[in-house]
Amino acid sequence: MLIITCPFCGPRDEAEFACGGEAHIARPLAENKISDAHFADYLFMRDNPKGLFLERWRHSAGCRRWFNVARDTVSHEIIEIYPMGSLPKKASPKAAYKASWRRDTAAEKAAVRSPNKAGGSK
Amino acid sequence: MAFRTNASSAQPMTRSNTAARIDRNKPIEFTFDGRSYTGFAGDTLASALLANDVHLVGRSFKYHRPRGILSAGSEEPNALIRLGKGAYAEPNLRATQIEIFDGLYAESQNRTPSLKFDIGAINSVLGRFFPAGFYYKTFMWPAAMWMSYEHVIRHAAGLGKAAEDHNDPDRYEKTHAHCDILVAGGGAAGLMAAMQAAQSGARVILADEQNEFGGWLLGEANISIGGVPALVWVSAMLTDLAALPNVTLLPRTTVFGYMDHNYLTLNERVTDHLPTRPAHLPRQRLWKVRAKQVIIAQGAHERPLVFAGNDLPGVMLAGAVRTYINRYGVCPGRRAIVVCNNDDAYRTALDLYNAGADVVITDLRNDAKGPLITAARNAGIEILRGHAIIAAYGNQRVARVEIAPVDDSVTAISGDILHRDCDLISMSGGLSPAVHLHSQARGKLQWDGAKLCFRPSATHEPSFNIGACNASFDLATALKEAIRAGTKAAAATNHQTIALTAPDVVSANQNWKPLAAWKIPNGHGAGRGPKAFVDFQNDVTASDVSLAAREGYQSVEHLKRYTTTGMGTDQGKTSNINALAILADALGNEIPEVGTTTFRMPYTPSSIGAIAGRDIGDLFDPVRLTRMDAWHRANGAKFEHVGQWMRAWYYPKGDETIHEAVNREVKAARTTAGLLDASTLGKIDIRGRDAAEFLNRLYTNAWSKLGVGKCRYGLMLKDDGMVMDDGVTTRLGENHFHMTTTTGGAAGVLDWMEEWLQTEWPDLEVYLTSVTEQWAVATLSGPNAGKILQDAGIDFDLSPAEFPFMSMKEGHIGGLPARIFRISFTGELSYEINVAARHGLALWTHLMTAGKPHGITPYGTEAMHVLRAEKGFIIVGQETDGSVTPHDLGMDWIVSKAKSDFIGKRALARETMAYDNRKQLVGLLCSEPSTVIPEGAHAVLDPDQPMPMEMLGQVTSSYFSPNCGRSIAMAMLKGGHARKGQTVFFPMLDGTVLKAEIVDPVFFDPKGERIDG
Ligand SMILES: [Zn+2]
Repeated sequence: MLIITCPFCGPRDEAEFACGGEAHIARPLAENKISDAHFADYLFMRDNPKGLFLERWRHSAGCRRWFNVARDTVSHEIIEIYPMGSLPKKASPKAAYKASWRRDTAAEKAAVRSPNKAGGSK
Repeated sequence: MAFRTNASSAQPMTRSNTAARIDRNKPIEFTFDGRSYTGFAGDTLASALLANDVHLVGRSFKYHRPRGILSAGSEEPNALIRLGKGAYAEPNLRATQIEIFDGLYAESQNRTPSLKFDIGAINSVLGRFFPAGFYYKTFMWPAAMWMSYEHVIRHAAGLGKAAEDHNDPDRYEKTHAHCDILVAGGGAAGLMAAMQAAQSGARVILADEQNEFGGWLLGEANISIGGVPALVWVSAMLTDLAALPNVTLLPRTTVFGYMDHNYLTLNERVTDHLPTRPAHLPRQRLWKVRAKQVIIAQGAHERPLVFAGNDLPGVMLAGAVRTYINRYGVCPGRRAIVVCNNDDAYRTALDLYNAGADVVITDLRNDAKGPLITAARNAGIEILRGHAIIAAYGNQRVARVEIAPVDDSVTAISGDILHRDCDLISMSGGLSPAVHLHSQARGKLQWDGAKLCFRPSATHEPSFNIGACNASFDLATALKEAIRAGTKAAAATNHQTIALTAPDVVSANQNWKPLAAWKIPNGHGAGRGPKAFVDFQNDVTASDVSLAAREGYQSVEHLKRYTTTGMGTDQGKTSNINALAILADALGNEIPEVGTTTFRMPYTPSSIGAIAGRDIGDLFDPVRLTRMDAWHRANGAKFEHVGQWMRAWYYPKGDETIHEAVNREVKAARTTAGLLDASTLGKIDIRGRDAAEFLNRLYTNAWSKLGVGKCRYGLMLKDDGMVMDDGVTTRLGENHFHMTTTTGGAAGVLDWMEEWLQTEWPDLEVYLTSVTEQWAVATLSGPNAGKILQDAGIDFDLSPAEFPFMSMKEGHIGGLPARIFRISFTGELSYEINVAARHGLALWTHLMTAGKPHGITPYGTEAMHVLRAEKGFIIVGQETDGSVTPHDLGMDWIVSKAKSDFIGKRALARETMAYDNRKQLVGLLCSEPSTVIPEGAHAVLDPDQPMPMEMLGQVTSSYFSPNCGRSIAMAMLKGGHARKGQTVFFPMLDGTVLKAEIVDPVFFDPKGERIDG
């Protein structure tokens, strides 16, 4: 049972949290046509590394806020906790982010809205 | 006989005169296998039975061999007892840990009909037919016979017998605790470390599985600490610790689990030792402890020696014999043979001698020397150097042994065999540190080639290993280690302390390096001669281990599963090291190369009751009641669980059946009026600048142009394009919406919306609030609904022109402020009346009164299901299963083509979504109008095709519709939309075949002409 430090509430027992799976998966916009195969990468494919993993957690039995966690899936060490919409700052999570197979894919490129439309990405 | 007769051996009693920790003034009566015995306060069941000269206490698992008491602690593999009667009975408790009390009732296990005469013991005679992996080999082939084999195995397998009454009458508690330092184990090292850590002011929890603190010192004589007898020192330490407000002492508490981030679970046996359990106390308490630092002081387990007949009752571990003598005042035998590969057993020899027993020492070593050996020699105890017990014999208790000289490596017999009579063998094969908690927490182990044991190396969690569990068997060393760990652990929690001075220890020096002797030769060769046991609980012999190695089970994990060694309630505490040493020998490998199996929690078995705690029965899961619940109960409603909600299911009148009641309710809703408690629908208040835009992205249809006060039905998809929820959402203001969700989906939908807002679209300014509990909802439906509202005192115009379908008005009804939604799940004129939750019951009773002249009829969820099915309305989770698109439901009309994106849009464009053989929603009319096709029935086109038949799909909803005067059903069938008019068949389990026509799923009022009443 992990202790997770919610950025809004402080250290709490894992039982209060829900894991939301892999972080930093860009969602391709429907209007940006990509192939079914590339869309499937976004929709279905999730990484399951042995070691450092960037994942999303939610303080479901607390403040209900989402945040990102860089966690070692073997040692369960929590290396960094950082806000949604931001990138990790510590060296090893930063490297894991950059090394992810999702960077610069068709799905990631299709997550960007054309300039004349409002909208966000994570 | 060459026994040297001890001068005092004429004494008849098994009790010795040693100063013991029993109270001889408090005799205690107990029952074992139907016979009454007397023990003393302070006895365990094991010590009290030994005091009554009872050694035979159980039968073994596989061969039903007679078994006695091996140990004096929680590592006991043999003496497993069923304690208590009836609902209180609990199997597989270790006699060595059960504190006796007046009236204690215990039974032995694994025997039919009695311990002394056991039919299953025939397995013992057939022993050579039950080698390692016997079940795997015998029952593997032919596969078709497996079912009958399994019956035989299941009957033979299983240890102990659970209580006849499965409702545990005891109460259990759970408690959560935080501390700076948890000390696991309250022996000398644990006490010292706790004291050191506590000096700093850090919050310390000290837990020990025994009823008394002191660990192995409780069973020792002739050791002094700090100038006083060891137990006087223990007592002084306890007094001091108990006086400290920052220390929690937990005796009878086993630290049984050690998980990530220093999370540990402890089982405290609060009242198990009491003859009557006070009502205010739980039987056991589960502690869930989060510690900043952990100090493990678990001690060590003594290893048996593996010689033929080593499992006979009367063959005991040397340290245990010492404990019985010194702690319990019980000398377990009169004529004892001590057999050992180390110095420590000499202490047992001396204590046995002093307790009046005749003693012979057979030391596997040729060269043993030191103060303990000298003391034994000076006492006149016969010492056979370089000798081993090569076989022990006896019927239900050891009676004689064969002793032979062995070579230096203890692999061969090197001389003539001596025969001796005896009634006790006290064996010691060296010590194995209890590395269980350290290993559970994924600490690493290293092999200590001198002390012949695995010891902790690197820890994974913030923790320390001290004392015997760290292979620091020497007491003075252990105390110094404890002081160091206590100081460091305190400092790591920001508590500074000055190191205490380690107290002086006075004890005979001993050599802690045993001789490697894993398997004693028996002179018959491998696999021959009497059985020499490695694992007593699982009846695994040395030759089983060797055989497994020869058959290719070379990994220690495979060996464990093939031979079952190390499994069971003791998890191989006494057997694991011997087993893997023998395996290493068979493989020609070194022990550290073979490695250990994985240590998993629990350290010792913990009752399920303690783990469940109070979370049982009514407290297992919360029950949610609507504000109208009291009325439903007063009026005889039957209820059903919908998630955590209790919903009124139907309201039988007199002795109506469910079918009759539901038919009546369904008819009333279409002829007069029905009233449904719809309070459980999920309700979410949505506000913010971007609320409408958010709904555009969330639902498949468009929301920007919805007028204030207007309602719209929406379908929510997952991003894979599959339907996840539906409901009506109403615009209350420009930037303010009221969303309803399915009853079961409410929490999930709110989470879903938050996830998208927080993780994907943080730029949207939207605020979500669950208001499910804030509104009570009564749905009035039927041709008379308007009249009833009039009579109930509505303060606005209900005419369809003023208050059209799919709109909402705020007003008052009978003086109660209300939001009234003109929406319908029945197809009738319908009003969903929302009032503040506290007015829910008042609204309901008011409507029932006002509606009485108009035939108002309360209806439950069953009638609601029939009414919506008559109209072909889906229920998410009934018609859908996470693989259904809007198109599959025939709901293309709700999917916007204009919107650039919404959740699920891209997925709907996938190639596979357009396949025309997807399962699609259709209606079914059974050829027998009175027959209701079972829900879940599978459709086939040709009922005469060979099996396995090609399935077309399944019935999702099926009812008798009183308004249609026949049965109706909905189904998801492959290519269903194009099959209207076709006939499908439903082969039933009883061999009959039902037949139905595929139709449109709207069975009643297909043109929707009744919506305005
Ligand atoms: Zn929080």
